[in-house]
Amino acid sequence: MSSTAMKKKVLLMGKSGSGKTSMRSIIFANYIARDTRRLGATIDVEHSHVRFLGNLVLNLWDCGGQDTFMENYFTSQRDNIFRNVEVLIYVFDVESRELEKDMHYYQSCLEAILQNSPDAKVFCLVHKMDLVQEDQRDLIFKEREEDLRRLSRPLSCTCFRTSIWDETLYKAWSSIVYQLIPNVQQLETNLRNFAQIIEADEVLLFERATFLVISHYQCKEQRDAHRFEKISNIIKQFKLSCSKLAASFQSMEVRNSNFAAFIDVFTSNTYVMVIMSDPSIPSAATLINIRNARKHFEKLERVDGPKHSLHMRMR
Amino acid sequence: MSIQYDEEPLADSYGVADSFPKDFGYGEEDEADMEDCQAPSDSKPRILLMGLRRSGKSSIQKVVFHKMSPNETLFLESTNKIYKDDISSSSFVNFQIWDFPGQVDFFDPTFDYEMIFRGTGALIFVIDAQDDYVEALGRLHLTVTRAYRVNPDINFEVFIHKVDGLSDDHKIETQRDVHQRANDDLVDASLEKLHLSFYLTSIYDHSIFEAFSKVVQKLIPQLPTLENLLNIFISNSGIEKAFLFDVVSKIYIATDSSPVDMQSYELCCDMIDVVIDVSCIYGLKEDGSGSAYDKESMAIIKLNNTTVLYLKEVTKFLALVCILREESFERKGLIDYNFHCFRKAIHEVFEVGVATQRSSGPPPAATPCDKTVALNGTPRNTV
Ligand SMILES: Nc1nc2c(ncn2[C@@H]2O[C@H](COP(=O)(O)OP(=O)(O)OP(=O)(O)O)[C@@H](O)[C@H]2O)c(=O)[nH]1
Ligand SMILES: Nc1nc2c(ncn2[C@@H]2O[C@H](COP(=O)(O)OP(=O)(O)OP(=O)(O)O)[C@@H](O)[C@H]2O)c(=O)[nH]1
Ligand SMILES: [Mg+2]
Ligand SMILES: [Mg+2]
Repeated sequence: MSSTAMKKKVLLMGKSGSGKTSMRSIIFANYIARDTRRLGATIDVEHSHVRFLGNLVLNLWDCGGQDTFMENYFTSQRDNIFRNVEVLIYVFDVESRELEKDMHYYQSCLEAILQNSPDAKVFCLVHKMDLVQEDQRDLIFKEREEDLRRLSRPLSCTCFRTSIWDETLYKAWSSIVYQLIPNVQQLETNLRNFAQIIEADEVLLFERATFLVISHYQCKEQRDAHRFEKISNIIKQFKLSCSKLAASFQSMEVRNSNFAAFIDVFTSNTYVMVIMSDPSIPSAATLINIRNARKHFEKLERVDGPKHSLHMRMR
Repeated sequence: MSIQYDEEPLADSYGVADSFPKDFGYGEEDEADMEDCQAPSDSKPRILLMGLRRSGKSSIQKVVFHKMSPNETLFLESTNKIYKDDISSSSFVNFQIWDFPGQVDFFDPTFDYEMIFRGTGALIFVIDAQDDYVEALGRLHLTVTRAYRVNPDINFEVFIHKVDGLSDDHKIETQRDVHQRANDDLVDASLEKLHLSFYLTSIYDHSIFEAFSKVVQKLIPQLPTLENLLNIFISNSGIEKAFLFDVVSKIYIATDSSPVDMQSYELCCDMIDVVIDVSCIYGLKEDGSGSAYDKESMAIIKLNNTTVLYLKEVTKFLALVCILREESFERKGLIDYNFHCFRKAIHEVFEVGVATQRSSGPPPAATPCDKTVALNGTPRNTV
């Protein structure tokens, strides 16, 4: 399986102190937000390879943002840095006092991307939103988003507001990795079949190490539009609590009179969450259904997995 | 004191706190003027939070009882009058928490400290361990001696607070030093009988919940009964450890008599967070009404080291969280049956409690009541 590993180069850029290393450490290296205060500035480029969903390898280039490094990226290291980029993530510190300079660097970056990797997807993160007063956040983000869209032309960019202190970070990163998953359509079709067969209200698929949501299917209207990133955050925090005891969690069932949620190890690279609201379906039945679906999804994850969709017997 | 001001915003990583619906939280809070406390009407025992300015009193009250995330406490304003917080509508903790301003002037004629201390169950004195604490120790001495003269039955609890900034060695050294000096002062005043308990606390970890748990436990007359019920329940069910939690504050009201290991307690706290947070997302009615925690609330978490965490609803405010091995959990039927009996017994204990309180009779004697027979008599081969 590893022989067919698909490497995708992801550039993380933005001015020094904007929070690039912090977010990478939280999403991929199990840091809690508070730990990031101890991070030093990144010297030059720090490479890390993150195995994601087994055969996808994210090749993260965390590019230190101090001026001397930035100048280098655009000159002597230009080809090396900007070639073969799949995704560019540009991080803006929302509280930055040097907006103009930030924008200047951003545009230099886009220029280099346009030359070397014109097909790259571009994401802009307006970061450290926690530092903005709550009632100002919408307004400020909208303004920044408009500016960035305009300045990015002819490339198009997707903007997110983020903070390491809440679930917004998970929302942004889920969307980013979503772009990189090769067989995502097929995964979704199968997840839909699975959800319908077991009569679930909703099914979520998480990458196992990061708990980013990589696919979901919803049968019933849900109240909370931010639930995916919230769940990622909640479960990731719990996973970190377990690791303090040198353990990891295997499965979880939570209910009250309105719902039952099952979170369980699914394939070797994923966890699944199933939401049920029909009280007449016993836990055991749902758990068996989850177990039965495992093998099928396991096969799907290989790049050349089966092209047919899911057929399962119930209970 | 510049230490906390200069720090960049602290925060915790539990950004999900605001998914907690207001209706699950606390009801009315009333901010009362000094005059109000003249009326010795409310019979609820009080827990007082006292200590110098900026020692962290309001932060403690907000983090423990109002789910405020620690980083948000940076924005708390200084308290300038007594803030009375009645949390009994949402918490099992049937007390009033009184958060005091940093400077209490015992010589101010409008400050009727005698009346306040008379109705007090516990006095928590908060000392900022990141600051020079000489002044705080002087204040501690003045406060506890005054209070003791009015009401010698008060539990005196000293929180050596903000220890998140201290190394482990430094923590122990500080506790030893504070302990020594405070008690020396008491000896000098011939008040050896006045007992002080010390806790190392921080709002950035579980230590504040643990310390508050111990403070509250001392004020629960039924504690021995609860412990006894828990002992019987776990030994009959093959459970290693069980905590009876006040869900909203994550204070444990009681546990079985085996020693508490901090890590297990923390894990149970974190489980409660997960359960409530997930239930807030999926477990409310379509219009957002209803309660995240209700009669049917329960959760099972399995870890990869054969540990199982099992949570069940006991009352509107209380949850039982058990730690057990996977092989014991195979007899879930037996556990559930025993739990059913346990739950019934708990309900009876507190109904008795309410009844006696109303008739203002003596608190219920700590007899491990006959109801426990039901637990004892549970046949082991139910499953
Ligand atoms: N308030 C707030 N602070 C943040 C956030 N993200 C990161 N920080 C803080 O910002 C500081 C700098 O973060 P880094 O991740 O080291 O910044 P960087 O972009 O990697 O900087 P260079 O490596 O020099 O390019 C750290 O102290 C983080 O704790 C956020 O969302 N909110
Ligand atoms: N590092 C650290 N800071 C804390 C802790 N608890 C509180 N603080 C900080 O201490 C400062 C003062 O907290 P408050 O709760 O307002 O203090 P207070 O005792 O109520 O102050 P007054 O109302 O003025 O008497 C805030 O900035 C809190 O964030 C803690 O455990 N650790
Ligand atoms: Mg860095
Ligand atoms: Mg205060």
